[in-house]
Parts: sequence; structure tokens; C-alpha cells
Amino acid sequence: MRDAEAGLKSLIPEAEVFEHNPKRLHISIPRERLTEAAKYLHRERGMRLATCTGIDTRAGLEVLYHFSEDKTGTMYTLRVLAPKDDPRLESQASWFPATDWIEREMHELLGIDFPGHPNLVPLLTSDTDWDREKYPLRRDYERRNEAHER
Amino acid sequence: MSDRHVVPIGPYHPLQEEPEFFKLIVEGETVVDLEINLGYNHRGHEFISPELTYDQIPFLVERICGICSNSHPLACVLALEDICGVKPAPRGAYVRTIIHELERIHSHLLWVGLAGHFIGYNTVWMWAWRYREHILEVFEMITGNRNHYAANKVGGARRDILPEQIPQILAALGVAEKKTLLLTKAVLDDPVIRARLERVGVLTREQAVAYSVVGPTARASGVDIDVRRDDPHDAYADLKWNVPVLPEGDVFAKAKVRLLETLESISIIRQCLGRMPEGPIQVRVEEIPAGEGIGRTEAPRGEVFHYLRSDGSNRPLRHKIRAPSYMNIASNVVAVRGGSIADAALTLAAVDPCYCCTERLAAFEDGKLKLTGRDLLRLSWAKTERLRERMP
Repeated sequence: MRDAEAGLKSLIPEAEVFEHNPKRLHISIPRERLTEAAKYLHRERGMRLATCTGIDTRAGLEVLYHFSEDKTGTMYTLRVLAPKDDPRLESQASWFPATDWIEREMHELLGIDFPGHPNLVPLLTSDTDWDREKYPLRRDYERRNEAHER
Repeated sequence: MSDRHVVPIGPYHPLQEEPEFFKLIVEGETVVDLEINLGYNHRGHEFISPELTYDQIPFLVERICGICSNSHPLACVLALEDICGVKPAPRGAYVRTIIHELERIHSHLLWVGLAGHFIGYNTVWMWAWRYREHILEVFEMITGNRNHYAANKVGGARRDILPEQIPQILAALGVAEKKTLLLTKAVLDDPVIRARLERVGVLTREQAVAYSVVGPTARASGVDIDVRRDDPHDAYADLKWNVPVLPEGDVFAKAKVRLLETLESISIIRQCLGRMPEGPIQVRVEEIPAGEGIGRTEAPRGEVFHYLRSDGSNRPLRHKIRAPSYMNIASNVVAVRGGSIADAALTLAAVDPCYCCTERLAAFEDGKLKLTGRDLLRLSWAKTERLRERMP
């Protein structure tokens, strides 16, 4: 077992590790332990955040935090689930600036709330004519070409 | 607070011709803070991608960027290959590597030219772009296109590099090497350029790590990362090259890293051409099974990251794309702080934010090329002479 994987397992015993291949690890953790796990991977293991992926699934809003361990070329992906009736995840932006933009992006495109974010304003969509209740990367977003209907 | 003012750069950048809005908050001449607004050109690739089939997606993501147009489809097919667990055909892997490195050469030469333009050194701009032209001609010969190469496919490459094309590639590399050495010497030995770029826009190692910046921006701040070496794909595991890393973190270090990298890329392509395996350029991949995959590659600006999730159908459930500038531009907030307004324009450009150039001119008459670059140069000289004669 890799050092980072063993360390994470001892820190968060309920973590479930899935090895896709030797360079790609996926680790599911409860969302309450996200900050601890991210701090461990970045501060203790020196990993870099590649980015985050938010996915609308049947089980809820799944968010993947892709950490890259550049010494070994391994991707550690933390997987947390935010239920759709309470889509909240603790913000990492105050201690880890690399998460600042991607949290803003997930907030506006998927409707995930990040309490504790210093500046949770939209990053990509228009400031003036965008319906803030619509989240384009959610499954229930009406995929139609509005430009053609005008 | 009364002596604080806002100096806007954008929403349409006057020099980079790109829609980004930098709001410099200044006290006198000193920049104390920066606000970055994005999204003026948001095209929703992550939204469109799940509506397309796996065959179409590499062509979609190729259009994300006009300069690193090979990096996105390459990272995308690497992610799909990660889902399938297939390795590309060995010859296809070499073709992909060669195109990937050619792209780095043309992109870095483009940036060196722009950097010259930004500091008012237009000679460097003109000449760097002229030398870049040879690389674009190689692209046109081997892929049919100067900028969008459509070279990648799950399981290998779409087009082979033919033996009769190799001499022209080597000749273009010879020119590129000679001229990059010349530019490197011209840029690095020039006391004016050094005075303008050294200790400007410093991004410290700690800041680079905190912002998780990638590529030359990270390597110029002493962070020794390179996806090609750390997580090798295609032919990179067989090749030997140096990863230039400098500790200074200023604009000068960023320029130097890019120039040194260009020379390494030339060496990589020569190694590839010398040992290209025989055989097919692609392995057949029938379908993409359910699963998830991560593909990443070192674009000229840093790591390009693609994540794909498949449910076993012919379209993805989710496609996440992260271009290197997304991480690098965010770090400008700390890099410009404390500098002057004049330095800020340079610092913002030093991470090499993306820029597209696909237009060109060719004059034909009766099916024959009428004007070559040489003719244009001659016309330009003649015009200068005429102007000189008219001068009092």
C-alpha cells in the first residue's frame, strides 16, 4: 500500500479505496471529513490539486477532488457525495487558493454551496442575464437550444 | 482608501486580443490588488461534450485552443484509453509524441515573440514568428493543417508520418534549433531585457504550490513538475530530456524556461524520428466500456487535465476539462501585488494565456504561388528605400 493511501486510511478509517490502475486511485470519504483529507494530501503529502469535477448522479451531487502526487505520477481522487436536498460541501478556498475558482464554478454550474468561501460569486456565467436558479450541468436542466427559439 | 484607484485592463485585452478583464487596484503607481473576471468567451464545452459521441469529442476539444490544439484531444483520448485500459499502437504513440513536441516549439516561439512585443521589442516579435513559420509548414505537411491537426484517436494516431517527410522535419528542426539558440542568446544577454524582466512579477515557490500552478509557470518558480516525466504516456518513457527548473519565479525566469524547453523539444523529436517503430499506427478499439478515466498531458502552458465518465453508451456521462491557464491565471493575483502598473501588464502576460492565430495569406496567380516570404521581404525593403528617398 502506498504511503499516502495508508496515511489517509489511518486518518479516516471509513475511506474506501478503489484502485483503477496503479497510477489512478479513487478514495470515497464522507463529506464531513473532506477538509481533513484535503489538508492531509496537500500539506502532509505535498500533492497538487489538478482540479475538481462535479457530477450530477442518481445518488446525489458527486464531487471529485483530483490530487496529483507528482513525485510518483499518481492521481489520488477524493470522492465525496452531497445529497441533492442539501448540496453543501465545506469550502477549502480559505486555506487553499487553488480551489477558489473551481468552487465558484461548481457553485454556479451545479448549484453546490460552499459555506466558508470568501467570495462565492459566479465565475463564468453572465453577471446580467443568467437565471441563478438554473444549473446547466445538472441532469434536470432543459437541454434545448434557446437561441433557435427566439 | 481615497488614494486607491482602479485601472482596468479589458474586458478586451488591448495587446493579447482576448476577452479577459483584469481590474488593477492601485495606490499611485503600485498595484495593491487584482480582480480577475472571466467568462466573456465561455463556450460550454463540458456542457456540449455529453451530447456528442466519443468519435466526435476529440474534434470538439481540439477547438478549445488554437495554439495548444493538440493537447486537449490528446488528453481526451488518454482519458478514454484509461477507461478502456488500452495502450496506443507503438508507432502511433511516437507520431503523437512528435506532434505534441512540435506544438510546444511553435507555441513557445509564439510566446517569445509576444513577450518581445509586450516590452516594445518588436524585432524579437517579428523574427520569432518568422522562425515559427517553419514549424507550421511541417504541421501542414504531416497533418494537412497548420493549427488544428486532428492527429489523435483512441488507440493511436490518425495519420502516419511518412519516411519521405522526415528530411523536411529534420531540416525545419535544424532551423528552429539555430534560431532558438540565437533568440536565447539575444534575449538572455541583452542588458535592457534583463533590466526589464528580472525581479518583475515574482511568484514564489510557496505561492506556486498554494495556487497549484502548472507548466513553465511552476517550473520558473522552482517547482519541479512535468507530466511527461512524472506520469509518462505515449513514447515519453523511452526518451531522455532535461526538465529546466529555475528558482527565481520572475518574468525573466519564465522566458528562460520556455526557451530552454524549446531546445529540449527539438531533441525529443530527433530521438523519436531516430527510433520510430514499424507497424500500424492505431489499435482498434470497438467500444468504450462503463467506467471513469483521467488523461493528462503537458501542454506548452502546463498540465491539461481531462476526466471522462462513461456509462457504456456511445456518449460520456460527464467530461471535465481543465486547461493549464485556469490554474496559472489565478496566480496573477499574488504575482502582480506590489509591482508597478507597467510591470503588471508584463506579469499578466508571462503565464502565457491562450491566444488563437489561424489566418494567413497566400497570393496565387494561374495556380502558381505568386509571392513568397522572400518576395514580401524584398517588397518591404523596397518600400523602406522609397520612403528613405523621400525623406528630406
